[in-house]
Amino acid sequence: MDSSVLFGAATIGYMLSMVAYIAYLVFRKNSIGVAATGITVVSFAAQTVAFAMRWVEGYEMGLRSFWRPPVSNLYESLVFFVWCLILGYLIIEFRYRNRSFGAFITPLAGLALAFIEMTGMSKEIQPLLPALQSNWLLAHVTLSFIAYSTFGLSFGTALMYLIEKTERRTEPAYVFWTVSLGALVVLLLAMGADFTKFHVLASTPEEMKSYLFRATFKSGSTAVSMASWAGAAVIVGLIWRYGYLLKRVVVSFNVSAGLLDEITYKAIAVGFPVFTLGGLIFGAVWADQAWGVYWSWDPKETWSLITWLVYAFYLHARFMRGWRGRKVAVVAVVGFVTVVFTYLGVNLLLSGLHSYGSIG
Amino acid sequence: MERKEGLVDRVWGLFASVRFAVVLFLLIALTSIIGTVIEQGAEPEKNLMLLKRLFGDSLAPSAFRLFESLGFMDMYRSWWFVSLLALFAANLIICSIDRLPRIWRLAVEPVRPISPQAADRVAIRREARLKGPPDAVRDRVERALGSAGFKPLHSPDGEDGYQLYSQKGGYTRLGVYITHLSIIVIMLGAVTGMFFGFRGYMSIQEGYASDVAYGRDDSTHRLGFAIRCDDFDVEFYDLSDMPKAFRSRLTVIRGGREVLKKVVEVNSPLRYGGYTFYQSNYGMVPDAEGYFILKVRGPSGDAVTVNRMLGESFVIPGTEIVGTIRDFSPALAMDDSGRTYTYSGMMNNPAVYVEFSERGRERYSGWILRRYPSTWRLPDGNLVELVDYWGVQYTGLQVRKDPGVWLVYLGSGIMTLGLCIAFFTSHRRIWVIVRREGRHSAVTVLATANKNRQAFERRIERLVSRLSGGSDG
Ligand code: HEM
Repeated sequence: MDSSVLFGAATIGYMLSMVAYIAYLVFRKNSIGVAATGITVVSFAAQTVAFAMRWVEGYEMGLRSFWRPPVSNLYESLVFFVWCLILGYLIIEFRYRNRSFGAFITPLAGLALAFIEMTGMSKEIQPLLPALQSNWLLAHVTLSFIAYSTFGLSFGTALMYLIEKTERRTEPAYVFWTVSLGALVVLLLAMGADFTKFHVLASTPEEMKSYLFRATFKSGSTAVSMASWAGAAVIVGLIWRYGYLLKRVVVSFNVSAGLLDEITYKAIAVGFPVFTLGGLIFGAVWADQAWGVYWSWDPKETWSLITWLVYAFYLHARFMRGWRGRKVAVVAVVGFVTVVFTYLGVNLLLSGLHSYGSIG
Repeated sequence: MERKEGLVDRVWGLFASVRFAVVLFLLIALTSIIGTVIEQGAEPEKNLMLLKRLFGDSLAPSAFRLFESLGFMDMYRSWWFVSLLALFAANLIICSIDRLPRIWRLAVEPVRPISPQAADRVAIRREARLKGPPDAVRDRVERALGSAGFKPLHSPDGEDGYQLYSQKGGYTRLGVYITHLSIIVIMLGAVTGMFFGFRGYMSIQEGYASDVAYGRDDSTHRLGFAIRCDDFDVEFYDLSDMPKAFRSRLTVIRGGREVLKKVVEVNSPLRYGGYTFYQSNYGMVPDAEGYFILKVRGPSGDAVTVNRMLGESFVIPGTEIVGTIRDFSPALAMDDSGRTYTYSGMMNNPAVYVEFSERGRERYSGWILRRYPSTWRLPDGNLVELVDYWGVQYTGLQVRKDPGVWLVYLGSGIMTLGLCIAFFTSHRRIWVIVRREGRHSAVTVLATANKNRQAFERRIERLVSRLSGGSDG
C-alpha cells in the first residue's frame, strides 16, 4: 500500500465528516455529533500516517533529502493545510466541548480537497528545481500553511459570530455574512456537481485536465452556465431570506458571541506572528538567498503583504471605539478571502516568478 | 499663535491615532492590488494588450496614458505610493512617541497596595476563608503566591489585617512598541539599499575572469577585484533533463592574488567585499572551443586523464590504439531510424564521437555519452569516459551590493521578538487582602492581566484552592 490510498481514504473521510457535522447542526442529535467527531479523528489519523509514508517515499525515490517533509508543491501544500486545519479544529472542539464549529470549519477542508480533485493537479512526488531546494523555503511554506489554517479557523468562528450578532436583513453585516456563506455553499455545490458529472456519471475526457466548474459555470452549454448563475443567486437569496433560522440553530448550541470573538482573536493572535515570521520574513530570506532580492513586489509577495495588512487592520481595529464586535468580525472574514486569493488566485489569475505552486 | 499651536496639535493627534493607521493599512493594501494586475516594468505592448482585454480596443490607449501618468506601470516606485509608505512610517513613529511615556510608566511602575475603590474594578476576584488570624496564615499565603511564581511585597499591617501584592512581566507591555520599532528599522534598511546599493549581472566563461558587472541599464560597474570561473557544471535528476543542481567553482582574485575559493549554487551565494554573487543562469558560449576531459583506461587497469581539443588524438595506455575526437554534441539524441541529432543547445547530454585506429588501421568508432556508462566501454574492453567538455560554458551571476540588508534582517529579528512578547506574554498583577474575621481570616485575591485573562484566571483559581485546601474555613 502506498500513501495515496490512505490519502484517498482520508479525503473521503473528511467529506463524510463535513456532511455529518452539517447534519448534526440541522438535526441536533448527539449521536450524529459523536459520529462526526469519530470520522474526523479517524480520517485525521489516516492522513497523518499517509503524510509520514509520503515523506519516506520521497526519500526512498531519491527525490528528497530525509529532512524534507512533503510540503513542496501545490498538492502537498493544500493537503498540509487541511491537516493543520483539522488539527486546529479538533483542539477547539475538545477545548471548548462544542461541536457546532465543525459545520463551519470542515467545509473549508472539503473545499480544499475538492479543489485538488477538480483541477486534476499532479499528485506525483516531483523532483525539486534547484531554487526550491532550500530550508528557508521549507520553513516558509510550512509556517505559512500553519498560519493559513489558523486564519481558516478564525474565518469559521467570525462567520458564526456574525450569524449570532445580526438581527435585521437590511443590516450590512447581515448581508455580508449571508453573501459570504452563500458563496461558500455555492462553491461546494458547484464542485459537488463537477464531481458527480465527471467522476460518478462519466469518466473525465482525456484532454480535459481541469474540470473545475465545467459542470456548472464553465459548462460548454450557455444555458447550463446561465442556469448555474441563476441558481447561485437563488441560493444566496434563500440564505439571506432564511438566515435567521441558522441564527436560531447556532444560538441553541450555547456558543456565546463572546466566546466566538475570543476564539477568532486567539486564532489570529497565533496566526499573525507565525505568518509574519514564516510567510513574510522567511519568504524574504529565501528570496534573498536564491535570487539576491529580499523583496521584489511580485504578485505573490504583494498579496502576502496585503493579507498581512488586513490582519494588522483586524488587530488594530479592536482598539478603536465602535469597531469591536461585528465590524472586526467582517475584517476577519475578509482576511481569509485574501488568504485564499494569495494562495490560489495569484497562481490561477495572475502570474508571478513563483514557479512553485503552478498547477502541473 | 494660538491657532497655529492648535493646528500642530491636530496634525500630531491625527498621526498619533490608530484610526489613521487603519486607514493607511487599507489604502496601501488596496492600491497594492493594482501592481499585481498590471505587469510592473514590462514592455508597453504587454500592458496595452491587458488593457484592451479589460476596457476594449477603443478605450485602451487612453486608459494606458492615464495609467502611465499615474505611474501604475512602475507603481511601487511612484511618488504617491512612496508617499503613502512615508505617511505610514510617520504615523508609526509619532504614535509610538505619543504613547511611549504612558506605557513606559506602566511597565516600570512598582505595584502598590490596592485601594478599596480600585479593588471594585478589578476583573478577577476570588474569596476564601482560612482558619486562624491573619498573622497565622501569612506563611501559607506567601508560599501559595511563591509557587505561582510571584514574590510578594507586604503592606504595613493595619488594625485588622494586611495586603500582599506582586506583579510579573511589566516590561512585556513594551512588546507592541518593539514590534512597531522593527518596522521602522526594516524601512530604514530598504531605503539604505535603494540609495547606496547596486544590482547587476555578470557572465563569466569557464577559465576566464572578470572584474566588471553590468547594471540594469547596461552601465558598467567596477568591482575592484576579479571573479574567475574555474568550472561550471549542471547535475540532472537521473537521466532526465530536469536540473537537480547547478554550480560554479569561483575564485576571487585581488591584486593578482587568489584570496577566496567557493562553490556557488542556487541558494548558496558567494559573499565578498560587500558584494554577493548568486548563481542565476548559465549557457554555452557560441563558437567557443574547449577541452574534452577524458578518463582513459587500458588493459593494465590504470586510468589516465587527458585533455584534448576537437580533432586531436590520444593513446590508450598500454596499447597502440589511438582515439581521435571527430565530433561533439551538447545534447545527443537518436530518432526512430537510429540517426543521431542534437536536441538542445545546452550541455544536457554531452557526447563525443571518437574514431579509434591501431597502427593506421581503423578499428571502430562511435559516440561516447557522459550520462551513459555503457557507451564508455569499447568493443575491446578498454574504457573511455567523457568527464567534461571544459571551457565552453559560461556562468551567469546576479551581483548585489546592499548595505541596508543587515538592517532588514535585524528588523525582522526584532519584529519576531516583539510579536512573541506582544502575543504570548502579559503583564500580571495580583493582590491578596487578608482581613481578620473573628478567629478566621477572610482572604480576597484580586488580579489583572492585560492579555490572555482566561489563562490567568485559571491560575488564580488553582492558587485559591491550594490556599483553602486543608483548611476547614
Ligand atoms: C504594519 C504595521 C504594524 C504592525 C505589524 C503592528 C503590530 C501591532 C501589534 C501586533 C499590536 C498588538 C495587537 C494586539 O495585542 O492585539 C499592535 C498594537 C497597537 N498598534 Fe500597531 N502595528 C503596526 C502599525 C501601527 C501604526 C502605524 C500605528 C500608529 C498609530 C499603530 C498603533 C498601535 C497601537 C496604539 C496599538 C495598541 C497598543 C496597546 O496595546 O496599547 N500600529 N500593533
